[in-house]
Amino acid sequence: MSVFSFYLFATCVIAGGLFTVISRNPVHSVLWLILSFLSAAGLFVLLGAEFVAMLLIIVYVGAVAVLFLFVVMMLDVDFAELKAEMARYMPLALLIGLVILMQFVMAFGAWESNVAAEGLRTQVTDPTVHNTAALGLILYDDYFLLFQLAGLILLVAMIGAIVLTLRHRVDVKRQDVVAQMMRDPAKAMELKDVKPGQGL
Amino acid sequence: MISADLNIILPEILLSAFALLGLMGAVYTTKDKTGGLLVWLTAIVFVALAAWIGLTGEGTRVAFNGMFIEDGFARFAKVTILLSAAAVLVMSEGYMKARGLLRFEYPMLVALSAVGMMMMVSAGDLMALYMGLELQSLALYVVASLRRDSVKSTEAGLKYFVLGALSSGVLLYGASLVYGYAGTTLFSGIITTAQSGNVSLGLLFGLVFLISGMAFKVSAVPFHMWTPDVYEGSPTPVTAFFATAPKVAAMGLFARVLHDAFGNAISDWSQIVALLSVLSMFLGAIAAIGQTNIKRLMAFSSIAHMGYALMGLAAGTVLGVQAMLVYMAIYVTMNVGTFAFILMMQKDGAPVTDISSLNMYSKTNPGRALAMLVLLFSLAGVPPMLGFFGKLYVLRAAYEADLVWLAIAGVIASVIGAYYYLRIVFYMYFGEEQSEQLDNSRGGILGGFLIASALIMVLGIANMFGLEGAAAAAAGALVN
Repeated sequence: MSVFSFYLFATCVIAGGLFTVISRNPVHSVLWLILSFLSAAGLFVLLGAEFVAMLLIIVYVGAVAVLFLFVVMMLDVDFAELKAEMARYMPLALLIGLVILMQFVMAFGAWESNVAAEGLRTQVTDPTVHNTAALGLILYDDYFLLFQLAGLILLVAMIGAIVLTLRHRVDVKRQDVVAQMMRDPAKAMELKDVKPGQGL
Repeated sequence: MISADLNIILPEILLSAFALLGLMGAVYTTKDKTGGLLVWLTAIVFVALAAWIGLTGEGTRVAFNGMFIEDGFARFAKVTILLSAAAVLVMSEGYMKARGLLRFEYPMLVALSAVGMMMMVSAGDLMALYMGLELQSLALYVVASLRRDSVKSTEAGLKYFVLGALSSGVLLYGASLVYGYAGTTLFSGIITTAQSGNVSLGLLFGLVFLISGMAFKVSAVPFHMWTPDVYEGSPTPVTAFFATAPKVAAMGLFARVLHDAFGNAISDWSQIVALLSVLSMFLGAIAAIGQTNIKRLMAFSSIAHMGYALMGLAAGTVLGVQAMLVYMAIYVTMNVGTFAFILMMQKDGAPVTDISSLNMYSKTNPGRALAMLVLLFSLAGVPPMLGFFGKLYVLRAAYEADLVWLAIAGVIASVIGAYYYLRIVFYMYFGEEQSEQLDNSRGGILGGFLIASALIMVLGIANMFGLEGAAAAAAGALVN
């Protein structure tokens, strides 16, 4: 059963990736991408890494792919033109890709990995510790420094987005909460005695 | 344990805390009006941290399971980075204020990128390396497009961002290969795997990708394409920043990875670095000849200078690393002075970057022209300026490491490169008379930096202000 699931998910990942690239409609591309992500999450479940699988679905499908979808639909990008541009460089790109692929075939033909690396791969985590807890232990303990740095990087990204896009326009009326609360009927209203048939 | 770790990275923590406090303070109070004050405060913090790191640091300390290394090499690089960043910040204040670019985020982004640079030169792990690199780069992408209403500035930022992301991808790919073959991301672990003469092909593949990614960050040929456009498009003070501190950080990172992680495989990477070096020297020298914009010219000049610094690395010896550090320190000092001069090039208050506008500048302002002459001679490597001794150092390191061909190529490239530096001198002293001259306003701080830098180039030949000894100690800490 698990072998069947593996091949099912693996086929879906590859097919999804392929159709992401070759779809004519960019919206379809994003949808294929989502299929790819979901199948990859399935593969993670098969590996016993259920936390990573959930992350993949929540973060990549839930946030990133949906954001992609919005960007693709909102931005008026002429993908046909982009593709035509790409066709010009295709032969060169194919050539370079082929050369690198050949080199890799040679590299992996002479596979030789470290004994210590093998040991790490077979190392089983303490079965009493939950996957999520084990990740947390590593992330907040061993990788504490990196975790904090990642926070700083995200902060810089936020500052950058604000610096580059926020414009304070003078003609925009803004809400002033204090002023609103300090209003009283005497200041806000004026009573007029309108005589019938005359108007103001 | 954690308190001891935190104690070791205290300078980085303090700088980050300062940046966060500065941001908060400015957001909740006067916003951009505090920009000038924050620039000065940041510069003071930089100088204070540099003094602290330089004067109190001792020995080698390792924090966070080897991810962070605080040794003589890191300290040398950090002091250079912090001092040059402080100088460039102070120089940029007037220019940015006059053009309405002095947002309070600018000094804070520079401070955060300095944190990234300090992490880079102290990295002891592939992941720590990447985190530092991204923190530094991301802040730089933003300041490159700080003049957001100008097409050129936004183009510079976008180009830098897209190509930088690509190079990060290449670097990460290399890191993943190295991790796959070495079984660890720690440099101290990788070096035990990469015993000399026994480097597996996969590890070598990873190393090549890592070097490509880092070569992009130091803008070495053939990964230099972004440099001229980004230098030209960014606001001039930002260009000055690009040409100084980040280069030192990237070269420091380069040396750190090559010696700490692959120190047993010197013969494997030495030839790659030598190739990068010789290509950079020649392309930097030849492509700069046709330039008419002084910022583009400085971009090619920086490419050529990176070639010389890489020559020191290619030697793969203690002397080589020492030569690289000496070269970078001198290079940064020269560039601070040169960019101070470029920032003063104005016509009716508007910045000018055309080289031909310097025609007969020696008549308008003989003092400034003389200082620039000294700096240009030093950049070209004409004796007896300090720049010549920097070149001499790397050439000697290459020669003693049996890379005679590289040293000869360096000399030839230096002769070619001298042409375009001396062309500016020619314009300033023997050019055609022109009716409209550049403004002859008071230099202020910029003039001070220009003169100080020129004086260092002349007076430094006595004993290099003790630079040699400090660089030797730093190199000794890195290379065992």
